[in-house]
Amino acid sequence: MRITLTSVLVDDQAKALDFYTEVLGFEKKHEVPLGEFAWITVVSPQARDGVELVLEPDQHPAARPFKEALVADGIPFTAFTVDDVEAEHTRLSAAGVMFTQPPTRMGPVTTAVFDDTCGNLIQIQSPVSE
Amino acid sequence: MPIVEDVDDADALFKALADPTRRALLDALSERDGQTLFELCARMTTAHGLTSSRQAISQHLDVLETAGLVTRRREGRYTFHDLDTAPLAPLRERWHHPDERTPR
Repeated sequence: MRITLTSVLVDDQAKALDFYTEVLGFEKKHEVPLGEFAWITVVSPQARDGVELVLEPDQHPAARPFKEALVADGIPFTAFTVDDVEAEHTRLSAAGVMFTQPPTRMGPVTTAVFDDTCGNLIQIQSPVSE
Repeated sequence: MPIVEDVDDADALFKALADPTRRALLDALSERDGQTLFELCARMTTAHGLTSSRQAISQHLDVLETAGLVTRRREGRYTFHDLDTAPLAPLRERWHHPDERTPR
């Protein structure tokens, strides 16, 4: 058994694909039409054969209240690893991304939290180099 | 049952300050205003070595809010917490060393 996929629940798949590719810099790997929705995955250009992120429609009635409750408390349900949180914070802020937490040292890592515009908060983190 | 049975402002203030987790929350907020509950919980764990539940931290923030030391600011879909030190000012005024009152 291997972990090859993980998901984010998005309110709009087309908007999500734009944000996750154009703004964050991931690459589309699969887009399989499935009626009203599609099975869309993106990967990191640094790991094209690595874990795929599924942009999953948040259509289940329980999904949105769940997401809203997490966001209200500032909780990122998904996290990505970056080389340099400060640099990503600068790059993404310039691209208009809203951060609910600027880069902050949290024990062995530096973290920051931003809004993915699709109803989720996402944490980025990098190890503290000392 | 609320943690603070508010009698007057001073009681609420002293009760709020009489707890190490709440003081740690004030410490965290004095580093930067505008923190989410998530960030405050993360700071409690990583910087202060406290392992209180998110719900417990939220209740501590309720007590601090009652005492006027923390304000919650709803901004869009997020809620941020800010520090307000105004309630502490009367403490400085309340007690003076006798030397400060009686000119030598």
